[in-house]
Amino acid sequence: MTLWASLLTMSLAMTVLAGLLAVVLRDLLAAALALGAQGLFLSLAFYLLQAPDVAIAQAGIGAALTTAIFLLAIRRTRRKEEE
Amino acid sequence: MTVVVRTVARVLFPVALVFGGYVIMHGHLTPGGGFQGGAVAASALAMVLVAFGAGRLKDKKGLLSALESLGGTAFVVLGFLGLGLTYFANVLAGSYGLFGRPVPYGPNPGDLNTAGTLPLMNWAVGFKVLAGLGAAVLLFALFGGEDDR
Repeated sequence: MTLWASLLTMSLAMTVLAGLLAVVLRDLLAAALALGAQGLFLSLAFYLLQAPDVAIAQAGIGAALTTAIFLLAIRRTRRKEEE
Repeated sequence: MTVVVRTVARVLFPVALVFGGYVIMHGHLTPGGGFQGGAVAASALAMVLVAFGAGRLKDKKGLLSALESLGGTAFVVLGFLGLGLTYFANVLAGSYGLFGRPVPYGPNPGDLNTAGTLPLMNWAVGFKVLAGLGAAVLLFALFGGEDDR
């Protein structure tokens, strides 16, 4: 496997892992940060697939802005998820 | 937020803002453009809002609204500039005026002074996206209460 293919596989696997973490985690702050990490790894995958345009948009919107909005929402509400 | 977050936000805010401006400015040469650069600059604004709270930026809503209206109006006006041919016709390209130099042939490092109205439209879209996303995050941060935790 080439370096490119292994990097792409790794970033896609980390995307799935971070997404699963965002669903599973009970601490909502950690879940929001996992969602941000998922956006960051997805933007890395876009960059490796030679779409730097989409990668910049994904890093700006998906990783930074949605995480900020989630953090502001968690600040106004509770941090722990209830059953 | 803690002093670590505040200090990092204070250092990184101008860097992120300048990088957003760079992405907008080179939108017709490199990947990126108005939307991406505006999103990067708005993420810098969101970082400051998360670190310092919305208290200091409370009276900036009018400024952001005016900036967004300015960006949209500038985009439409630049589109109407080419109405002698068609809507969105690039009247400035190849005119040897503002952004009017012809595009060089072959491999080249990129000439910033080309592409006619496209860089101006990139700036218009960039300001609109920066103001729109920034106003959305600012209103979200202002929602319910004045505490600055």
